[in-house]
Amino acid sequence: MIEFKLPSLGADMDEGKLLEWKVAPGDAVKKGQVVAIVDTSKAAVDVEIWSEGTVVELLVAPGETIPVGTVLATLLEAEETPKTAATRTAPTPAPPRPGPVTRAGGEAVTSGRRRISPAARKHAEELGVDIASLTGTGPEGAVTLADVEQAAAAGAAKTVAAPDRSAEMRRAIAAAMSRSKREIPHYYLSEPIPMRRALDWLARANAARPVTERLLPAVLLLKAVALATREVAEMNGLYRDGIFEPAAAAHIGVAISLRQGGLSAPAIHDVGEKSLEQLMRDLTDLVRRTRAGSLRSSEMSDPTLTVTNLGEQGVAAVYGVIYPPQVALVGFGRIGEQPWAENGALTVMPVVTASLAADHRVSDGHRGALFLAAIRELLQRPEDL
Amino acid sequence: MDEGEIRAGVIATLRMIAPEIEEAAIEADAPLRDQVDLDSMDWLNVILGLHERFGIDIPEADYGRLGTLKDVVAYLAARA
Repeated sequence: MIEFKLPSLGADMDEGKLLEWKVAPGDAVKKGQVVAIVDTSKAAVDVEIWSEGTVVELLVAPGETIPVGTVLATLLEAEETPKTAATRTAPTPAPPRPGPVTRAGGEAVTSGRRRISPAARKHAEELGVDIASLTGTGPEGAVTLADVEQAAAAGAAKTVAAPDRSAEMRRAIAAAMSRSKREIPHYYLSEPIPMRRALDWLARANAARPVTERLLPAVLLLKAVALATREVAEMNGLYRDGIFEPAAAAHIGVAISLRQGGLSAPAIHDVGEKSLEQLMRDLTDLVRRTRAGSLRSSEMSDPTLTVTNLGEQGVAAVYGVIYPPQVALVGFGRIGEQPWAENGALTVMPVVTASLAADHRVSDGHRGALFLAAIRELLQRPEDL
Repeated sequence: MDEGEIRAGVIATLRMIAPEIEEAAIEADAPLRDQVDLDSMDWLNVILGLHERFGIDIPEADYGRLGTLKDVVAYLAARA
């Protein structure tokens, strides 16, 4: 029996609200299939499953808010038969059963809570009825649709305030960043990187391309960071339960600001393996979907290193806060012209200040310096990126 | 196509990237990207949108001539 649990969709997520099931009991699912849509404070995320099997039971109903790690559904593995599985699972029939739930207020509500049908729950939300205040008249004290309507009519219901999304997001970001600063002994390094070669190469490359295939400097920066992790592996991976696990591939989280405020840092997978053209397409697509609020769970949950790039409208440098359980964050300021001394002469040079925030539990300043130096050198050979 | 139509097309293109903008709030003579808060990815999408709408391919080298809304309209009007 496979237990399909709500994955953590980023360090700033403690709970999610199930919006919709994309599968039903009896459906066969494949690896990577989107099985549910879950609302976080940032976006409605398509949640993928990473095992193959057949859906047995959906344990959480749409509309429920559940903490990360809650079992959402049970599935039979490919070779499992219902009979062998039945010995291990309670024979609860079809109707989805609410699991342990943490409500918005933060108080834990266990499975001893109200029995309520999904339809009644949905209706209660629409009417702004607080389910906890209801008396159920259905079987085993279950709250029925009629109970909800009666409560609403009687005015006994407390109005549920519409959640303020941007306030929610700010809280989620604050919680994750507070945790990061509490748990991770950050150290910071920075290095001005001359960008003449990279920008000249990019201008030539773009002049020969139609507008639809133009590259942004950001993809050169992302690729250079990914390749530099091959030289200094301690920057790329996850720190969990006191142990650093280096990642085999560089899934780079890209900090993307949202137009309504706040930010999200979903991943582009295998950045080191991709061509600049592919990275540009991936980045364009990721920015568009992040701002539209349609991301996949794997993008939210598995970055191994994050890059924050202030871009042209930004300032000279950014010193980031690491997203746990990652162990480093690379920041790039605006690329701008600066006086530059080289070989005894003073010139004007486009320069980007690269910064590194890294985790002292995993690396030290010497390794961090090698990492930033590797990024600097890679950007001097843009044709090899 | 007159300047009014071009201006309307530019505003419509900007709205696809920044739906919250109000036409009346944009100062035609002030830096456009600051007013609309367009990062480099947004800006590339504006250039792409203008390419689709007007069939004009704006080379990167010309980005410096597109500082304000007035500049953009004039640039497009000269080529439409």
